[in-house]
Amino acid sequence: MKKLINEPDDVVDEMLDGMIAAYPDRLRRLPDTQVVVRDDAPVDGKVALVTGGGSGHEPTHAGYIGDGMLDGAAAGDVFSSPTADEFEALIDACDAGDGVLAIIKNYEGDVMNFETAIELAEMEGVKVESVVVDDDVAVEDSLYTSGRRGVCGTILVHKAAGAKAAEGADLSEVKRVAEKVIDNVGTMGTALTSCVTPEKGEPTFDLGDDEIELGIGIHGEPGTERTELMSADEITDALTEAVLDDLDLDAGQEVLTIVNGMGGTPQMELFVVNRRLQELLGEHELETWDAWVGDYMTSLDMAGASVTVCAVDDELKELLGAPADTPALTQTQ
Amino acid sequence: MSEEGDGEAASGALSDGEAVVAAVEAVADRIEAERDHLTDLDSAIGDADHGGNMARGWAAAAEAARDLDDPDPQTVCKTVGKTLMAEVGGASGPLFGGSLVFASAELDDGVTAESAVAFAETYLEKVEDRGDARVGDQTMVDALTPAVHTFKKSIETDELSPLEALAKAVDAAERGVAFTVPIRAKKGRASYLGWRSVGHQDPGATSALYILEELLATAADALDSETPDVDATSPTIPDESEEATASDPEGD
Repeated sequence: MKKLINEPDDVVDEMLDGMIAAYPDRLRRLPDTQVVVRDDAPVDGKVALVTGGGSGHEPTHAGYIGDGMLDGAAAGDVFSSPTADEFEALIDACDAGDGVLAIIKNYEGDVMNFETAIELAEMEGVKVESVVVDDDVAVEDSLYTSGRRGVCGTILVHKAAGAKAAEGADLSEVKRVAEKVIDNVGTMGTALTSCVTPEKGEPTFDLGDDEIELGIGIHGEPGTERTELMSADEITDALTEAVLDDLDLDAGQEVLTIVNGMGGTPQMELFVVNRRLQELLGEHELETWDAWVGDYMTSLDMAGASVTVCAVDDELKELLGAPADTPALTQTQ
Repeated sequence: MSEEGDGEAASGALSDGEAVVAAVEAVADRIEAERDHLTDLDSAIGDADHGGNMARGWAAAAEAARDLDDPDPQTVCKTVGKTLMAEVGGASGPLFGGSLVFASAELDDGVTAESAVAFAETYLEKVEDRGDARVGDQTMVDALTPAVHTFKKSIETDELSPLEALAKAVDAAERGVAFTVPIRAKKGRASYLGWRSVGHQDPGATSALYILEELLATAADALDSETPDVDATSPTIPDESEEATASDPEGD
């Protein structure tokens, strides 16, 4: 499989250097680490938001560093958790004395390494709280988790909690908002092809030309169901119905939706999915407050998409709609 | 769990930093020697990276420990723990390495029989909390729990020497590892296999046993003593209720 890389072992390192070179006035990399932080970190008078996880999900994680969202992110190797010492360096670099909120996606390695780092940082006197995002409605337990996986809904946690922190709210308030998003968001994804990791150079799983996988995660782990290729509308229906079943929303509820590309699907197809998604929400008498379409949390070059639905109230609308200025997400009011 | 040592009666075992460095080097050699075996155990139930990750981590830890200038046991433990955290990765980094960093806080006043017990208990507690695992989940906890309880009881109740207590702890860990074979994994990657995990020996528990065995060998060596003989047919059961839980994993 052709890849635009030099050596597989150097991909993450070279990606981070290239990213810093693209945003030298916004981002910097902590020396001898794979940790990226705001250039002006630590930011005084503000709770710091940090996250991290395996690489291969770009623009997640470092793409969301900036005003109104994250203060920093640790990048692990492709699909591998960052180590605890990297998370610890991240927390130390971002804490300005008002505390740190760690946003963790629910994967065993991420949770254990982040929690270890948090305990070490607390021993040094840093105030740290954490939330674990588990928005994937497809599985209860998976290859990499106990409980549901954390996927694209995490972006909304970054956005809402980031806006709250930017207002100057204290750590408990910022955490409350993060948990509010987690309680109200669900996601389900599909793969049309497997991703190909730089290390392996060939598809992680075999999928026939006429097959798709429903309920996939973001690491090439198997989905919950393999079916024949269906039309975009049929696939959108399957994903959306699973999410709506899980969220169990009342008629008239306002929602924010994301049609997220997995890395190898053109925008054209994502918009086709969004068209049907919005139609279907209408049939369920749900009101779309905002609809995002794009590659927010990818799985390398996997073709496919996920559908995220988040129920919003006035508070979440204000926070999710607040300004943000990051490499991957810019919003003006 | 590591670096238990030495009471007043047996000074020189693992109470000085050089001996602890020697123990770390012995562990690194052992893990390297068992690398393929650990990987084989892991490939049956996990993702076949335990041997490689642990060998890489312990080799780096031994190097870091050797580079310390006139170290005390606490500094060695902390350095080894931090190195394992950084080099092993995955879940084993926080479990083997992070727990060591936290447990080393018990060694503020050096290694004594008393502080070694506190060290061992803290290590076990951190592994249990971080991994959310208990006895019977087919994890390293199955090796550590009987070892730590046996060590504590041997010191506090039976008033054995630290070396004898460590020998009993190793024996208990060995039986704990054997106990992982017929049970079903509830935590870690093996748990996704459900009932298919039955019949497999847990690689994490196996690594924990190798670490303890090398600590014992190094301690005996430092004391210029034979490894004490432990009667495996009459196990010292330190806590009846704990052990009852151990032999009765929940049925779910």
